[in-house]
Amino acid sequence: MVERVMMKGNEAIAEGAIRAGCRFFFGYPITPQNEIPEYMSRRMPEVGGTFIQAESEVSAINMVYGAGGAGARVMTSSSSPGISLKMEGISYIAGAEVPCVIVNVSRGGPGLGGLSPSQADYFQATKGGGHGDYRLIVFAPSTVQECLDMMFDAFVATDKYRNPAMVLADGLLGQMMEPVTLHEITDLKIPPKPWATTGATGGRPLNLINSLGLVGEELERINQRIQAKYREIEANEVRFEEENTADADLVLVAYGTSARIARAAANKARIQGKKVGIFRPVTLWPFPYQQLTDLAKAGKRFLVVEMSVGQMVEDVRLAAGGLVSVDFYGRFNGAIPSVTEVYNEVMKLTSKQGVA
Amino acid sequence: MDKTATQVFGRPQSLQDRVLHYCPGCTHGIVHRLVAETIDELGVREKTVGISPVGCAVTAYNYFNCDMQQAAHGRAPAVATAIKRVLPDGVVFTYQGDGDLASIGMAEIVHAANRNEKVTVIFINNAIYGMTGGQMAPTTLPGQKTTTSPYGRDVNTMGYPIKVVELLNTLTGPAYLARVSVHDPKNVQKAKEAVRKAFEIQVAGKGFSLVEVLSTCPTNWGMSPVEALKWLEANMIPQYPLGVLRSPESKEAPNDI
Amino acid sequence: MTFEAIFAGFGGQGVMLMGQLVAYAGMYEGKNVTWYPAYGPEMRGGTANCSVVVSEEMVGSPVISEPEVLVAMNRQSLEKFEGMVKSGGILFYNSSLIDSKPKRNDIKVVAIPANDIAIELGNARVANVVVVGAVLKATNVVKPDTVISVLQKTLSGKKKDLLAINQAALEKGMSLV
Repeated sequence: MVERVMMKGNEAIAEGAIRAGCRFFFGYPITPQNEIPEYMSRRMPEVGGTFIQAESEVSAINMVYGAGGAGARVMTSSSSPGISLKMEGISYIAGAEVPCVIVNVSRGGPGLGGLSPSQADYFQATKGGGHGDYRLIVFAPSTVQECLDMMFDAFVATDKYRNPAMVLADGLLGQMMEPVTLHEITDLKIPPKPWATTGATGGRPLNLINSLGLVGEELERINQRIQAKYREIEANEVRFEEENTADADLVLVAYGTSARIARAAANKARIQGKKVGIFRPVTLWPFPYQQLTDLAKAGKRFLVVEMSVGQMVEDVRLAAGGLVSVDFYGRFNGAIPSVTEVYNEVMKLTSKQGVA
Repeated sequence: MDKTATQVFGRPQSLQDRVLHYCPGCTHGIVHRLVAETIDELGVREKTVGISPVGCAVTAYNYFNCDMQQAAHGRAPAVATAIKRVLPDGVVFTYQGDGDLASIGMAEIVHAANRNEKVTVIFINNAIYGMTGGQMAPTTLPGQKTTTSPYGRDVNTMGYPIKVVELLNTLTGPAYLARVSVHDPKNVQKAKEAVRKAFEIQVAGKGFSLVEVLSTCPTNWGMSPVEALKWLEANMIPQYPLGVLRSPESKEAPNDI
Repeated sequence: MTFEAIFAGFGGQGVMLMGQLVAYAGMYEGKNVTWYPAYGPEMRGGTANCSVVVSEEMVGSPVISEPEVLVAMNRQSLEKFEGMVKSGGILFYNSSLIDSKPKRNDIKVVAIPANDIAIELGNARVANVVVVGAVLKATNVVKPDTVISVLQKTLSGKKKDLLAINQAALEKGMSLV
């Protein structure tokens, strides 16, 4: 039966994880994601799962490492400063190739920052974050429905590639309520995990979860294997959405919360006869470089909208390769761009173009 | 003649057939063996998952003949907690040194003990950081010289040795807390009894067990193996009294093994 | 047509629920809706507010900078949000608790003695539902029947006894506009 309910983004993330077969949650309280551990503490006992409020974010991510290494579908969630604390563990998890999902309901920084929504953790999420050559598979929902659905996508991806996946939301998505359709998932797609440390029964070879490579060129070989996997992820897993880009002179590029604001601004500008499109990276890594390069080759200019001083804009500039101008509009320190502000920016850019 | 020979001593099945990388005279080898013998005796090798620390025993996964995970510095009790929750019928142990457990990992060990996680912790206390080259540990003795306390540990600025089992004994949670030593055969026997008891308590589902093992580090102490054993007996045991502080039979009163 | 409202008051007045009633009803009518609360330290100082958008279009931002509708349940909320209301918009204020008059003259101002009415009805806690009734009547954002069905779903089981008074509060509020 399909059920439609109002949910907070945080609750949708938690319910989405449960429906995706996640039965282990380890976390530590931090605003604005507290509804996730609260929901899990209530729901996990109902489905025979385990919830532990860990002693710290550091412990929580290491619990994730242990449970994921033992073959469980497992997740943690936190918000920006807490994610920074988890970074050592996330690097281990990537190095040991342990599947898990990490949720960042981000807030303003740096430092203790604020509690308001922010997209200033893009670099941390997409460029590694912790030490060493690794990547997270990063999903960026922009509606509460997607908060729910992308947990399933994240679990499928993390199991498929044995690489940690992140769902990068922000305080606005976490706190807002929207209608959500709750689908029953009948095919959980949990692959067998013969590598997991479940006890070496029946004389099977020993399993080891490890990220240490001390001997000779062992570490380089491990990295080469991981990098080969990353090329495969880049080839298979890029996700994006575009609207009205075909005839557009200006394409707004935005993800997550900013994408929904940018879309509303673009639609408003369309009504004024402006040829404006919208391009939304859905996976932030792998990033849709090629698709943006194609748009640049077709002569589209870009306006990147973010709730930061400009982080994704660097990837858009890489994709544009100097072929077209890439402008940026951002609000930060926890401020949220309004549709009107973005619309005004679009009008300014498109009329400038008209004059030239 | 050979036909009548019977093997009375050999490598436990729970140890791999490898040469240990530990320094000459280091007692890690003894403790590895005690753990492996116990796993053999309880017949649980195929459902055991061990967790190696950061420190000299980081590659313990090359020695224990069971599934292993390698944990970040100090986090083994958190990793063990999760593995045991995923595999409630499994046997999960961590093997940690004094820097790993009593310094960077103090939060994890206290909270795993407090939750009374059904795991076993083997805690090697040799009063020094081994792998990084002889720096001061939280368990370094007052006045003891290390590469980061070259004038000796000054308790006024560097604090006193942390007594882990006494500290954990303030918690209501843990089921078994003991301190043993491996400086002579008699104490090795007692250590074996404690390790075995700790695993039995886990297998019986009674809760958290920890055995602190006083150990030597001849290399970083700058002594011969024999001198190191004598130094342990003369200096460490007065600071770290041996015995069982907590057992399911007597949750309150400390008693001898 | 897009409806954008801010509901504000102090903790315990049920302002979060006011917004949720409207948002749920919008969802049942197949519209796009968002509900967004003030959270964190903002809700620690004793005041609370939420923003509700109900629209035929996809909702861009759930954050409202120029509400068409403001519901101020206490004086602090009136002072904080009155200036934000869009010219031509509507301000509902709880005249039982707010003795000062709103200053704007480019918006429609509706005074609702919500607490007095609720006490007359027999339960001081339904003051919020009285004001929701007035908002529905003045804006037609959602049908009153839909809100009643939301109330029926919410007030089931142990809370079933509260349904009648809530329905009465809604109808009373509607009659005031």
